[in-house]
Amino acid sequence: MPLPHRPEGPRNDFTGRFCAPLLDPERPTPRDVTGPRSKAADKRYDVYRNNVTVSLIDTLGETYPAVQRIVGRTFFRDMARIFVRAEPPRSPLLFEYGRGFSAFIDDFEHTASMPWLGDVARIERAWLDAYHAADAPPLAPETLANVPAESLSTMVFTPHPAMRVVRSAYPAVTIFAANRQSGPVGKILERGGEDALVTRPHLELFVRKLPPGGAVFLVALCGGRTLGEAAAEALDREPRFDLGANIAAMLEAGAFTAVEAANC
Amino acid sequence: MNDITIGSRRFPAFPVAGRAGASFKPQHLEAIVSAGARVGFFEVHAENYMGAGGPPHAALTRIRRDYPLLLHGVCMSIGGPQPLDKDHLDRFAALVGRYVPAVVSEHLAWSTHDDVFYNDLLPLPFTAATLRTVCDHIDEVQSAIKRPMLLENPSTYVVFAESEFSETDFIAEIARRTGCGLLLDVNNVFVSATNHGFSALDYLSEFPLQHVGEIHLAGHAEQTDDEGELLLIDSHDGPVADAVWKLYDIVIGRCGPVATLVEWDSAIPDWTILMAEADAAQTIMDRHSASFAIGGRHAVAS
Amino acid sequence: MSTKTALSAATVAGAVATALAGMAYAAPLTEGEVKAAMDAGMEKCYGVALAGQNDCAAGPGTTCQGTSTVDYQGNSWKFVDGGTCASMEVPDGRNGSMEPLDRDLPS
Repeated sequence: MPLPHRPEGPRNDFTGRFCAPLLDPERPTPRDVTGPRSKAADKRYDVYRNNVTVSLIDTLGETYPAVQRIVGRTFFRDMARIFVRAEPPRSPLLFEYGRGFSAFIDDFEHTASMPWLGDVARIERAWLDAYHAADAPPLAPETLANVPAESLSTMVFTPHPAMRVVRSAYPAVTIFAANRQSGPVGKILERGGEDALVTRPHLELFVRKLPPGGAVFLVALCGGRTLGEAAAEALDREPRFDLGANIAAMLEAGAFTAVEAANC
Repeated sequence: MNDITIGSRRFPAFPVAGRAGASFKPQHLEAIVSAGARVGFFEVHAENYMGAGGPPHAALTRIRRDYPLLLHGVCMSIGGPQPLDKDHLDRFAALVGRYVPAVVSEHLAWSTHDDVFYNDLLPLPFTAATLRTVCDHIDEVQSAIKRPMLLENPSTYVVFAESEFSETDFIAEIARRTGCGLLLDVNNVFVSATNHGFSALDYLSEFPLQHVGEIHLAGHAEQTDDEGELLLIDSHDGPVADAVWKLYDIVIGRCGPVATLVEWDSAIPDWTILMAEADAAQTIMDRHSASFAIGGRHAVAS
Repeated sequence: MSTKTALSAATVAGAVATALAGMAYAAPLTEGEVKAAMDAGMEKCYGVALAGQNDCAAGPGTTCQGTSTVDYQGNSWKFVDGGTCASMEVPDGRNGSMEPLDRDLPS
C-alpha cells in the first residue's frame, strides 16, 4: 500500500524526480543533477539505473537458481529485467522480493514452451520462505503416540511455520531437484503432476515429492480439518491415498508442530 | 569518540575500539568457526536478519557468542523526504534489542519513494529542508533503538544543483543537532573525491573526526564519465585500493584507533583473503595506537 | 464439509499405529517408487529429500554498494543459449528448448 504523501513543495520532491527514470532507460537524466562544475551527468546517472536494475536482477537470480539454470543466464537476466521494471520491490526485505515472478513466468510468451517453469519457480519461492520462517520444534512421533486411539480421527494439527505445499500439473519437483544440483540434467522420466512438500524442521531444508493424495491431505490439515476429515477428503480425490504412509511422511518431514483436539 | 561497551544477559559485552573486523558472510561461517578466526568483530546488514528464524539467525547467534557484532542498516531511507517506514523501524529496533550490537549505523541516503524500494543508496541535495528531515529521521531512529546511531558518509556519482551545504558541513550539522555519531567510510571519501574532483585530504580536514565511532574500508571499480574521465564505482568487490590504505593511515593518525570494518559484498573471496584485509587494517591501527598510548602517558606526566 | 468417504475412528487409529511402527523406515515415497527411481539410476534427481543445500542457495542479501556489471538497458533478447532446457527432455509432448529470438519485444 502506498505511503501517504507529505504535503510538500516540488522543491523537496527530489526523490520523485530522481527515481522516475531509474527503471525506465527511455527517460532522460533528471535535470537537477549534474557532474562537478555543471558537467553532463548522463553516464553518472546511469550508474544508479545500473545499480538498481542489476542488483534486483541478481536478487531474482539468487531466489530462483533452478529457473536460471534451466533457461540459461542470458535469457534469465533479460526476463528478470522485464519483471523488475513491471514489479519493483515494495519492501526493503529482498528475501521477500519476487512473489509475482512465478505468475509472470506463466504468462511470459517466451517461456510458453515450458509450461512447468512457473511451478519450478513456486517451489523455489517456497524454499526461500521456509528458509526464513520462524523456528519451531517439529511434532514428535511420541506426542501423537500418546493421543488416545479413539480420539485420533478428531485431532487437528498446527502446521510448522516453514511448511509449504506446492501443487503442479507437471513433474515440477523432479525438474526442480535436477536443476538445484550441479550435476548434468538429462531425460526427465516422470510424467504427470507432482506436488512438493517443503519443510525445515530444524535448520536443514527438505523438498519432497508427495505421494498420491498427499497434497490434498496436507492442505486439508493446514486448513484446520481433523485427521479423519482430511483423510476422507484425500481418499475422495485419490483412491490410491495411503493414510499410514502419509502420516509417517508428514511426521518424518516435520510438517507439523503440534496436535490438539478439535474445538467442537 | 564512541567506545561503546554494551552487553546483555544472553551475549557478552565486547569493546570494539581499536579493533579491525570484517563483513560476515554465511558462506564463511564454517571457516570462521572451525579456525576460531582471529578477527576483531563482524558486521552484518540488518535487513538480511529480518526474517523470523532459520539458518540466518542460527549463524548470527553463533557468531555473536564469540565476537563483537556491529549492525549496519542499508534500507532505512533516512535521506528521503517521506516518513520512515514504521514497520521497518520496528524490525530494526527489534534486531538491536535481540543481538545487542556494539555499534548501530545507517546511511546518509534514500532508497524508497512512495512504496517502491530501489535497493540502492541514492543521493540527496544538501539543503536546509533536507537537513531538517534527515535530523528528524535520525531522532526517530535513535529514540526507537534507545541509543545513538552512527551515520555513514555516502559515495556519490552526481551532484544536485540546488545543494546549499558542502557534504562535510551538512554531516557536521547533523551530528551537532542529533547527537549521532559518524561512520567514516574512507573508500567513499576517495570515490566521491575522484568522481567530483575534490581533494580527499581537504574533505578529511573538514570532516568532524571527533564524532567518528567506526571506519569502513572497501574496494572500488573504475569506469569513465561522460567526458571519458575516471569515474569510480563503490563496488565492494575487491581488495582495498592502495590510495585508500594511505588515506586510512592518515585518518587513524588523526583520530586514533577506531573500530574499522573491511567490507566485501560481491565477488566474495575465501575467508582467509578477507581476514588478511582486516589484518592489514589492524596492523595500521596497532602501529598508531602505540604512539597514541605514548602520547597519553606524556599527557599524564605533564 | 462433506466427503463421500467416511473413515472410522478405528481405521484412522490403525493408520497412525502403522505410521508410528514404521517410523524408522518411513520414506516419503513408497518403496516401489524409490525402487523405480533407483533402477533408473536417477535417484538423485527425484527430489526425495533435497538437503544440505542451505549454504549454496541462501537467497538474496542486501547491498550497500554499486555494481560494475552493466546491465540496465533494453527490453530485447540478445541471444538465447545455455541452460539445461536444451538437454533436459520433459514429457507431456514438449521439451524445454527455446527458439532463439532476435526481435525486440513490444515495450
